[in-house]
Amino acid sequence: MQEVAVREAVLNIIADIAMDNDLSNIQDELALRDQLDLDSMDFLDIVMELKKRHKIEVPQEDYSKLATLASCVEYLTPKFAQ
Amino acid sequence: MYSSQTNCKNSHGLDRVVITGVGLTSPLGNSMPELRQNLLAGKSGIVHNEIRHMGKVAVGLCRFDETQYQTKKNRKRGTRAGAISIFCAHEALNSARISLENIDRSRVGVYLGITEHGNVETENEIHELYQNKLDTSLWSHHHNPRTVANSPAGEVTLNLGITGPHYTIGAACAAGNLGLIQGLQMLRLGEVDVALAGGISESAQTFGIFAAFASQGALGHHDDPAMATRPLDKSRNGIVVSEGGCIYVLERLENALKRNSPILAEIVGYHCNSDATDFVLPNSGRQIECMRKALAMAHVDASDIDIVSMHATGTTMGDIQECEAVGSVFSNSDKTKINCTKGFIGHAMGAAGALELAGNLPSFTDDTIHGCHGIGQLDAKCALPGLTIESLKKPCSLILNNSFGMLGINSSLIIKKFVS
Repeated sequence: MQEVAVREAVLNIIADIAMDNDLSNIQDELALRDQLDLDSMDFLDIVMELKKRHKIEVPQEDYSKLATLASCVEYLTPKFAQ
Repeated sequence: MYSSQTNCKNSHGLDRVVITGVGLTSPLGNSMPELRQNLLAGKSGIVHNEIRHMGKVAVGLCRFDETQYQTKKNRKRGTRAGAISIFCAHEALNSARISLENIDRSRVGVYLGITEHGNVETENEIHELYQNKLDTSLWSHHHNPRTVANSPAGEVTLNLGITGPHYTIGAACAAGNLGLIQGLQMLRLGEVDVALAGGISESAQTFGIFAAFASQGALGHHDDPAMATRPLDKSRNGIVVSEGGCIYVLERLENALKRNSPILAEIVGYHCNSDATDFVLPNSGRQIECMRKALAMAHVDASDIDIVSMHATGTTMGDIQECEAVGSVFSNSDKTKINCTKGFIGHAMGAAGALELAGNLPSFTDDTIHGCHGIGQLDAKCALPGLTIESLKKPCSLILNNSFGMLGINSSLIIKKFVS
C-alpha cells in the first residue's frame, strides 16, 4: 500500500475515534494529541483498530511512532506492504 | 417563597430532606411532565423489538439524544447506562435550577441504584469474541472501565466535573428507592450538600435478562406489545424488561430554602429490609413490615396515605403477594388509592422505583391519581379496595412508593407534599 493510502487508512481509524473533531485541517507533522481530543485510551483504540482492520500488530515499545500522522505513515507503510 | 420560620429539622432532630429537581428518561417520555401526561392519557410505552438470540420480544425503550450533554467520543467510550445517567443528571440539575459553576462540586454526591451493571458490555464482547474466533487479544481495553459497578455514576462525575463521592447501589429492582435513601442519608450525615440520587437501567440492551425471565416462565408477552405486561390482570403472564433512568436532586431543606429553590416534595419516611427466605419469591410478611416501619418513621398512619404506588411486576405470584401485603397494611384506609405503573412502561429494573415515583409526584399539584394499564379482567386475588384502574381526581399529600427485588430486598419510601 502506498503512503497516500496508508495515510487515508489511518485517518479513517482516527475519524472513528476522535468523533467530535474536524480532521480536514490536520497537520501531518504535529502531534496528533496536540491537534485532537485524544488520550492514552484513544491510542490503544488506534492500535486495536489497526489489528482488527488491517491485521497489523503494533508492539508497546513502538507506540511512540504513532505520535504524528507523518510518523504513523512512515512506520506503518512497510507493515501495510507485508 | 417560604417562611423564614420553617423548621428545617424533623421530629427526630434530623435534617429534613427535600426533592428540588428531577430528570428522567422512560419509554413514555423524557421529562416528568411528559411521563405524567402519557400516564394520564393511558398510553403504553412498550414495543416489539428484535433482541439478539431472542428474536422479537416486548420491551420498553427510551428515545433521547445521547449526545445532548456529552461528546460523541465519550458516548462511544462509555455505556448506555452512563448515557442515561448523564442525560438524567443534567435534566435534574436544570430542573433544580442548579448551575455547577456556582457551587462547590466536591460537595455534590452521585448515588445511583442499579439492578445490575456490565452485562451489556460483557455480552457484546463475548459476541465479538466468537466473531473473532476466540482471539482474546481483540478484547476491548474499554471492558473494565465500562463494567466496574460504579461506572454509570462515575460517568456522571466525569461529565459534570463533580468531585464529591459517586457510587452505585446494587439493590435489584428496589434500587431506585435505595438510591434516594442513600442520597438522603448522606445529606443527613453532612457528607454532601447536593445529592444526585435515583436509579438507572440499561438491562433492555442485554439478551440474558430476557432469556432468564423466559426460562423462569416470567417473560411478559402478547401479540399487542401494549398488552405484554398486565400487572394485576387475571391473565398476566410476566414482566416486560425496560430501560430508563430517573435522578432526583436532593437537598437539605435548609439549603433549598437558602437558595430559594423550587421544592417538589419532602422525603419523610423510608424503610429497607430483607426477606431472608428465597432467591426470587417475595415474602408478604417482610413487605408488610417494610411499609409499616416506613410509616412509623414518617409518623403517619396508613390511613393518611393518599397513593400507594405498587411494585407490581406482572408476575402471577409477585402481584398476589404484594396485594396481600398492601391489603393488610391498608385494610382500614378508606381514602388510600392504589396504582401501579409497569403496565404502562414495563419494568425499568434499577430505575423502576425512582421512575414510578416521578409518575406519581405530580399528583401533589394536579390533584389527580393515575390509573393502571392492561387490566381487562382484574385478578380477584388482587382486588384491593382502593385500586385505581382509571385516573381519578383527588387531592394528594402523601405517597408510599414500594420497590422490591430479587434476593428478597424490600423498600418503601414515603414522600410528602411540601408545605412550609
